[in-house]
Amino acid sequence: MSAPRIAIVDYDLGNVKSMINALSKVGAQPILTNSRKEILSADALVLPGVGAFSHGMQQLKKYNLIDVIHSFASTNKPFLGVCLGMQMMFDRSNEFGETEGLGLFSGDIKIIGVDLIKQQRLPHVGWNNICLPGNIKNWENTIFSEIQGNTDMYFVHSYAASPLLNTEILATTLYYDHAFCSAIMRGNIYGVQFHPEKSAEPGLLILKSLIDLA
Amino acid sequence: MLKKRIIARIDIKNEFVIKGIHLEGLRKVGNPNDMAKFYYDEGIDEIFFMDAVAAYYDRNSLGEIISKATKSVFVPITVGGGIRTIDDIREALASGADKVAINTQAVRTPEIINKAARIFGSQCIVASIQAKKIAHDKWEAYIDNGREPAGLDVLQWAIKLEQLGAGEIMVTSVDQEGTKKGYDVALCSLLANSVSLPIIASGGAGTPQDISNLCRNSDVDAIAVASILHYNLSSIGAIKSLLHSEGFNIRL
Repeated sequence: MSAPRIAIVDYDLGNVKSMINALSKVGAQPILTNSRKEILSADALVLPGVGAFSHGMQQLKKYNLIDVIHSFASTNKPFLGVCLGMQMMFDRSNEFGETEGLGLFSGDIKIIGVDLIKQQRLPHVGWNNICLPGNIKNWENTIFSEIQGNTDMYFVHSYAASPLLNTEILATTLYYDHAFCSAIMRGNIYGVQFHPEKSAEPGLLILKSLIDLA
Repeated sequence: MLKKRIIARIDIKNEFVIKGIHLEGLRKVGNPNDMAKFYYDEGIDEIFFMDAVAAYYDRNSLGEIISKATKSVFVPITVGGGIRTIDDIREALASGADKVAINTQAVRTPEIINKAARIFGSQCIVASIQAKKIAHDKWEAYIDNGREPAGLDVLQWAIKLEQLGAGEIMVTSVDQEGTKKGYDVALCSLLANSVSLPIIASGGAGTPQDISNLCRNSDVDAIAVASILHYNLSSIGAIKSLLHSEGFNIRL
């Protein structure tokens, strides 16, 4: 069997080299592309991204990627949004004024509430554990099937998702006393706020599970 | 809960890992890619590659090392040393680095921090400060790897760097660096209490106890270590188990 072809959305934003290396490491054939044909014919899709929400959406529009992403999402092939990629899957964000997102998940992106008086820090940078939320029993048959609850992942962000539907929350993470949604899922569409490509072996296991679903 | 990060700082000259005392008297200790991979396998949280002489001689030779490292090391990688322009940052990120650390150029033209944060996002801009103690609770910032005084008060400079849009601050004590005598705890504590950005402490670890002492007495987010690992004085496992046994949040 040939290696699954994983399209990584190329919209000229951030470090995609780590994602390419990590996917190659777990046996996939990563293709950095913004071609409609290549994206739709891929076995799975990864939407990476760092930086500001509005800039990210602007870049997706500039490369005419909004429609093709929606088309891919409707195929039910595995689709993973990472960091800003996850955030853009939601309805909107209020980072630098309100910006509309892809609307694949219902909800908003908001700044993480921290108490600066208590010297609480932002951005949230570093390793933090992902927890199984109350609404689900286990991570079987998801991209987290190979990892344990409370595994540490690498995060770097100041904004986080507030999903409208609790049933779509796949993992939560605690920052100070604030629990936020660190992963989301509906069918084969996933979003993770952390960076699996930078989260050592557990992160690679997540990417491996993604391609196993393909 | 967020964990305290242990960062392996790998100083490079030409293609070799080097280590000096007070950032001077450099000697070879190994191959950077082998060491990065070894530390990754041992559970390091992050790798920091520093071109130790780049700022001094105005050049940068890290690209190939970074590019190779990102194929086998799947934790965040920061690159520092000789970053002078937006193009230097773009090149470092293109070779696979997640963040860049900037010291000398930030002192010369502080707006590079602001400009870089706007283009690449604050998350990839680490402001690096080399601090030398000049009086009780007072430190001066240095540039060119601890060689030249910058004429800036470290505390004021850190506050300014936060305003300019840096994402993290790494503070290296020039006095403690390479001495293996422990961190400048007062310096780290002052910065951790004065800015809301994550603080990375660097310079001075000789034993795991030095690190736990730093964590007990200052609210730093990350701890950079070099000699202690490069000279096999201890291991990442031993450092992490000590911190964990003392109740700190650590990724095991």
